[in-house]
Amino acid sequence: MALRRPVLTGARTGGESEIVHILESTLESVDTAEALALGAARTTGLDQDELQKIAMAVRESMVNAVVHGNRYSAHKKVRLSIASGPKQFTVKVADEGEGFDFDHLPDPLAPENLLRSSGRGIFLIRAFMDEFQVRRLSPAGTEVTLIKYLMAR
Amino acid sequence: MSVKLNTRQVGDVNVIDVAGRITLGEGSSALRDTLREMVAKNQKKILLNLGEVSYIDSSGIGELVSGFTTVTNQGGQLKLLNLTKRVRDLLQITKLITVLDVHDDEASAIRSFA
Repeated sequence: MALRRPVLTGARTGGESEIVHILESTLESVDTAEALALGAARTTGLDQDELQKIAMAVRESMVNAVVHGNRYSAHKKVRLSIASGPKQFTVKVADEGEGFDFDHLPDPLAPENLLRSSGRGIFLIRAFMDEFQVRRLSPAGTEVTLIKYLMAR
Repeated sequence: MSVKLNTRQVGDVNVIDVAGRITLGEGSSALRDTLREMVAKNQKKILLNLGEVSYIDSSGIGELVSGFTTVTNQGGQLKLLNLTKRVRDLLQITKLITVLDVHDDEASAIRSFA
């Protein structure tokens, strides 16, 4: 069943080419987004280790958007934007959910949280990417921006 | 694509050979179900062989942790065997390597069960 509804809008912003995909709020979309980001990241010349970090950060962001943001709603979409430029590789994931308090997340490395079964997603994204930004959208939704710097080769 | 679990018994230790991806959805629930079944059958010495695990996400890590706490709380032991570099790195940055019992050799892992 085709759950992906890719709306490809090639846009140019500041010398970067950006591709936008509108995805359903399903776990299949998580895999789709991961594969799309990985495919695009492969063209940057980053090594396998860095590619895996990007793939995983995108996966965690998509899970947050689909599961916690849109709560699997068939009426809510996830907007995935992938932009590759000379200096950085950027992925944005935006949901239409009610929002999330990113400033008061428990520290997953604190001894009392170490054996918790959840709460590591954002921590891993921060660990794997060079920049991580969060923006509240109007009227509803959250957009996260993941940036990996591209070293001069 | 997804996860494959094979269980076998070595002495009184139950070894679960895991291959594929432990990620949100099928992968992590398959692992959870297998661990719960074992504990329900009073099989509480469990060695999780992760040598063929290609990928694990935060949900999969959560499943490892809750498996560990479930088995431990029931008076059992859950140990990990053959971590790939990727899984080891993840357990290192999440500091779980400090609480989970990790082995590189099956024979010595089996012997380590009390």
